[in-house]
Amino acid sequence: MRLLFAFLAGGLFGAGLFVSGMTDTAKVQGWLDVFGDWDPTLAFVMGGAIIPMAIAWRFVPGRRPLVGGDFPAQVSSQVSRNLVLGSTMFGAGWGLAGLCPGPAIASLSYGGVWHWVFAVAMLAGMALTPLLRVKLDRLIVAD
Amino acid sequence: MEQDWIWGLVGGLLIGTGGAVYLLANGRIMGASGIIGGLVDGTGRNSATERLIFLAGVILLPILLYPLYGSVDTHVSSNPLVIIAGGLLVGAGTRLANGCTSGHGVCGISRFSLRGIVATVFYILAGGITVVLFRHLLGVI
Repeated sequence: MRLLFAFLAGGLFGAGLFVSGMTDTAKVQGWLDVFGDWDPTLAFVMGGAIIPMAIAWRFVPGRRPLVGGDFPAQVSSQVSRNLVLGSTMFGAGWGLAGLCPGPAIASLSYGGVWHWVFAVAMLAGMALTPLLRVKLDRLIVAD
Repeated sequence: MEQDWIWGLVGGLLIGTGGAVYLLANGRIMGASGIIGGLVDGTGRNSATERLIFLAGVILLPILLYPLYGSVDTHVSSNPLVIIAGGLLVGAGTRLANGCTSGHGVCGISRFSLRGIVATVFYILAGGITVVLFRHLLGVI
């Protein structure tokens, strides 16, 4: 059941990214580019996605996931150095290429060779992150 | 196109419903960078199958929908430096911050998480500055 729901969730995610146009780098960069011909689509995608999620979170307290186990524990609310630095790096890459991790995967079947190059670079960046964390901790005192 | 915002809203609702299913059924946060990253660095070893099946759904549905559209232009850059630097920054940045647009943005903001909101402010600001800088001042993208 767990795998069936994982496939359903992934399918909804992929379908949503596809029909919303979020795998089109021009729409993402068009939203970020406030000095250009501004494209509002991304705001509707974000807003549309937050509505079902906000409803879902209301069902979490006092219950268990359908397939068993536990809901994710409330993570620390601390704003850390890595959160700010990582998000800034992510934003810079997102602006440069117009892709974030979800659309990067959703577009692999039809985006062409540069989407694959992006995906490989993204996986390499992810693989290097444990090392980057260690280096950062040596360079600057954590949090 | 004039209907772009409607399709944006429809797509957003589908994405949010996917996140709701992943949370309420499997008890997991639907964050693309976390799901992928856990497979890359081995931290998600125990749930590898679940992650791979999720990603299979992400890839498969666009394949099924593609024929309805005929062709989709993603307007992706063909500048190797832009693509490789972009990919490295997205990969390392999202893992360092423990989340991306889906995890911090969709799942975080919807539970009023301070970390999600702060992350979203920083990646949108950095993205906006990058596009303005590289498009209008440097003319690279």
